[in-house]
Amino acid sequence: MIPRHLVIAMVVLLVAVLGLSIYALHMRRTAAAAPVAAVDTRPLAPPVAGPTERVTLFVAHDDDGSLRAESAQIPLPSGRQQRAEELLRALVSLYLDKSSPHVLGSGSEVRSVFLVDPGVAVIDLNSAFADTHRSGVLVEDLTVTSLIHTISANTPGILKVKILVDGKQRDTLAGHADLSSFYDVTAVNQLATQLQ
Amino acid sequence: MRLIDQNPGAPLLARFLREKWGFWRGCEEFVRSRKLPLRITCLTLTSALFLSASTPERHFTVYSVAANYSLPLVQREGRDYIGLLEILEPLGKVNAKSDGPRWRLRYNNVQGDFQAGKTRFRIQGRDADLGAKFLVENSRGLVPVASLSSLLPRFLGGPVTLHEESARLFIGNVATHFTASLASDNPTRLVFNFSAPVNPSIATEPGKLHMTFSHEPLVAPAAPTLTFGSKTIPSASYSETNGTAVVTVSSTIPVIASFSNDGRTVTISPSSAAAAAAQNTNPPASPTPTAPEPPASANTQQLYRRYFAVVDASHGGDDYGETLSNSLLEKDVTVALARGLRQELESRGITTLVLRDSDANLSLDQRAIFANADHAAIYIALHAASNGHGVRVYTAILPYGDDDRGPFRSWTVAQHGSLPLSRSTASAVAAELQKRQIPVRTLGAPLRPLNNVTGPAIAIEIAPQGSDLSQLTAPDYQQLVTSAVATAIATIHDQLGAAP
Repeated sequence: MIPRHLVIAMVVLLVAVLGLSIYALHMRRTAAAAPVAAVDTRPLAPPVAGPTERVTLFVAHDDDGSLRAESAQIPLPSGRQQRAEELLRALVSLYLDKSSPHVLGSGSEVRSVFLVDPGVAVIDLNSAFADTHRSGVLVEDLTVTSLIHTISANTPGILKVKILVDGKQRDTLAGHADLSSFYDVTAVNQLATQLQ
Repeated sequence: MRLIDQNPGAPLLARFLREKWGFWRGCEEFVRSRKLPLRITCLTLTSALFLSASTPERHFTVYSVAANYSLPLVQREGRDYIGLLEILEPLGKVNAKSDGPRWRLRYNNVQGDFQAGKTRFRIQGRDADLGAKFLVENSRGLVPVASLSSLLPRFLGGPVTLHEESARLFIGNVATHFTASLASDNPTRLVFNFSAPVNPSIATEPGKLHMTFSHEPLVAPAAPTLTFGSKTIPSASYSETNGTAVVTVSSTIPVIASFSNDGRTVTISPSSAAAAAAQNTNPPASPTPTAPEPPASANTQQLYRRYFAVVDASHGGDDYGETLSNSLLEKDVTVALARGLRQELESRGITTLVLRDSDANLSLDQRAIFANADHAAIYIALHAASNGHGVRVYTAILPYGDDDRGPFRSWTVAQHGSLPLSRSTASAVAAELQKRQIPVRTLGAPLRPLNNVTGPAIAIEIAPQGSDLSQLTAPDYQQLVTSAVATAIATIHDQLGAAP
């Protein structure tokens, strides 16, 4: 004869096992049904706080394929490199807004900017920036020109710019704009003038 | 371990695990040891053993009206076997059931009953013979390849042609035939005409150019070796192997292949450097170049020009370009535009080469090499876009640095010397488009291979005039744009032709 308390314990354990199995099945189905985030949208660096400064951003407009100078008040750190980084992050954050005139894909981010003397700037974008970018000569041309013209106009002394994606060289931004070489800032600024 | 040792039903498993355990223990000791050179040598030898053990996969190619496809072959009992279900699946409604050794397949209304290990089978109530055992592996019915020529007609109700040695099967009358003849002009050209469009992969080695046809039902000409009585291109041969057909052209000078007539004609001609040399001296027996050539120097450019214009249908193959809509890819629009532009240019007496006349992969370097090797007077890259309205005409934005050094030109800024003429060409094209009321802009763009082309080079991106993307494929809009471009090129023909 099995003691009564053992029977009760066995029944309780069986009920617990059954309940947990059903819960695990439910969780599995929920996880399978939930859409997987296409990109990691978490910010890569904390937002900069402190005194703000007025800067000029060169914003791309898809409707007429133009680049327009727009003033913005943004907090900027004191270091030259960090300033360049924050400047481009402010520009990209404009493009992440769905009502932006030149929408970039969700999760697009400037990972970092390196300024190397004499006159070299390296812009490191994250993979979501390139992977979700729309394809087309003009639309890619606008993005590249907007980034380079904004950084060179606000950071004197930059002669050439290299754009990396996730720290690595990539052939093109989204099938058209060449990322394999250093951009000549003078040539890009001439293009920016054409686009304004 | 002890439990497994005592289990009489699993002696093989026990031995296997014991050996594996010993192996992993050995690996652990091996990794912990500090004999680095010995470790590297052992790893290299192990890798070599694994690599040498792997054999290349053999393919069986099926050509039919419905589809052309390749299937893997398996070797059993010294014979080539193939899955019967996999062969029939793309051709019609088919299902198979496995019940122990019995395996039943139904194709449309024809039923076949097979038994594992037996050579006899029943189809539509009649007995027939496979010539070798029928095999069932993981519910998959395998038949000997040699039996297909008698087996498949019973299911398909029509004739099939089996090339057993080369693992190729032709269902129905699907064969693509070809002829090869020498064009009598100078320099000598070998022209292949095919009965259907083809898209072979091209490979070169010293003295030979191979065209490999993986997806085309190409069949042999009357004789497998064709001789032409030419010193530069003496012969061509046809062969079949591992599910493909290969045409090999022998040559004593470097040659290139170009496609025309919607992929029905392949012309083998001397590369420009070889043609130029052939005009001045006896043809050298030099190897065919396979690597990107540096751009030709300015003083050699006037030697030979086969095509005045090189029109490049951008993207192609794995590179779709922009996905314009669910059913429209940029690479397809650019091919249509390129063909239209070639027609418009040639109707104005301008010899034109379309770089990509099929859905082929062509690298940016290859595109620039073609344009440079031909010393084209104008290179025109075509793009299509959903963004914006009308047409954009681009010239290169050259990257920073990489100046030319002496007689050598830097690959990244090869366009430098021709940029002024490229810009005036872009302006002429824009002016002609404007005349036809098409919205147009001229811009610079960091767009390869514009910067790698030594001669005048422009890129044209065509967007719809309004918001209707279907305009990109509309023949009248395409013709409006291509005729304007061709007219502009014809207008400045002399200016472009005079350029070095």
